[in-house]
Amino acid sequence: MIPRNLFKRANNELEGRQVAEEFVEPTQTCPDCGVETAVTELKDNLEVCPKCGHHFRMNSRQRVELIADKDSFVEICPGMESVNLLDFPDYDEKLRSSKAKSGESEGVIVGEAAIGGHACVMFVMEPEFMIGSMGTVVGEKITRGFELALEKGLPVVGFTVSGGARMQEGILSLMQMAKTSGAVKRHSDAGLLYIVVLTDPTTGGVTASFAMEGDIILAEPGALVGFAGPRVIEQTIRKKLPKGFQTAEFLLDHGFVDAISPRSGQRDMLINLLALHSGAQAPKNEEV
Amino acid sequence: MDAYEKVLAARAKGRPTAMEYINGIFTDFQELHGDRRYGDDGAIVGGIGRLCGIPVTVIAQEKGSSTKDKIARNFGSPNPEGYRKALRLMKQAEKFHRPVICLVDTSGAYPGMGAEERGQGLAIAENLMEMMTLRTSVISVLIGEGGSGGALALAVSDEVWMMENSIYSVISPEGCASILWRDAKKVREASQCLRLTAEDLLEMGVIERIIPESDKDFGTAYMLLQTWLKKAIDDRKDVPVDELLEKRYRRFRKFGSNE
Repeated sequence: MIPRNLFKRANNELEGRQVAEEFVEPTQTCPDCGVETAVTELKDNLEVCPKCGHHFRMNSRQRVELIADKDSFVEICPGMESVNLLDFPDYDEKLRSSKAKSGESEGVIVGEAAIGGHACVMFVMEPEFMIGSMGTVVGEKITRGFELALEKGLPVVGFTVSGGARMQEGILSLMQMAKTSGAVKRHSDAGLLYIVVLTDPTTGGVTASFAMEGDIILAEPGALVGFAGPRVIEQTIRKKLPKGFQTAEFLLDHGFVDAISPRSGQRDMLINLLALHSGAQAPKNEEV
Repeated sequence: MDAYEKVLAARAKGRPTAMEYINGIFTDFQELHGDRRYGDDGAIVGGIGRLCGIPVTVIAQEKGSSTKDKIARNFGSPNPEGYRKALRLMKQAEKFHRPVICLVDTSGAYPGMGAEERGQGLAIAENLMEMMTLRTSVISVLIGEGGSGGALALAVSDEVWMMENSIYSVISPEGCASILWRDAKKVREASQCLRLTAEDLLEMGVIERIIPESDKDFGTAYMLLQTWLKKAIDDRKDVPVDELLEKRYRRFRKFGSNE
């Protein structure tokens, strides 16, 4: 059918602009089932595909909002920024663009929080900041988080997402693996609880340090978790990896994670685990 | 030598591997096999020997010499059972109050399917944690390649030393070049950027000592290493363990702690 206004020109600027700027709801396509979902709907659904349950990456502030009690998160060392210690090519630009993209100053946020009334220290890595790669600032913030938790006798609840150690900081990023592991060990030796939730993707130097050092290790459904990245393994063994290799479910099958934790019930699962470790939260019948 | 030449030297054919160091420095060496969990990893040699008469535990990454030997040793790239063997022997050393000496030489932990299935990340992570509080003195020496987490898993120590022509890096220069410039051939530039030479790392405070390689057969180097290892162990003999561990923690805590 020929539209009635086929030959009608816009009478004024406003008419013309209306046509040009017709609002199209932005959508995101699920890599698992191919279904498109409106970005706003996805946000309401905790960044989980409503059709198949695929867990999209979630930014750190959104996670804090989902997991921590309302307004309980008090960030420590916010705004701590990396400097280009080794004068590494293009690193300054990379830092600038990552800040702009993520709205964060670095690849992790750390703070004191409460989850279901249980005080804890929380760290949440940021997928939009160089895929949460670990440089000196990420290592430092996580270390301070564990040291603070040790000082105050608090459990730590952490969310990992990382491509590994940050190449641009050379050996100093490698040293963060030892540094964070040392802080986790001290916290652990004091009898304190550390629960870690592995999210997509958790690889490299983070997997080979604090991601695997939790008393309880949870993983989000479908999350890629491994030491070597799948492409590196494929190049090494010269064949394609089977489907599902290095997923959270694969790790569960091989005995490396305690449970799969879908986002919808994640807060409740964490509250239950924190309560099970909290002597002070056991029924006390003080009133009686 | 520029950084790239150091990379080549560290990997050079004919460069002594861990077994030669063990024979050159220790006496009465008895190799101890297996992780008591899964298997025995040829990429890591462990055992007990004497350093100038003192019993010490030696844990070393061995790349192998002949082709057959190299294959048996997986070219020095350990699997999880290698790191678990290392940890078992470290715990044994702790029990018998023996100092631990680690010789590091690997292009990296093996990135294979089996390694992932058996928890490569976990195995390294556990070593990092446990070494930090191992209640005996630990000295690590990089003798060739120090490839990322696979090397660090034997280098959370009281002191870390490097042979003059060894390297220590978070990523291989090839890997760095292909990520940074999408060109694996720009290895020379990448080697420079990564600051992976012994001189650079000494300057950055990542290592405490460089052992010169003055002669081709390494005889002098072994003698020097033996003398310095002995001194390092003697220096720590009367240090209370808690003080030793506090120093070890501070040694790693300092990297990147300035805001």
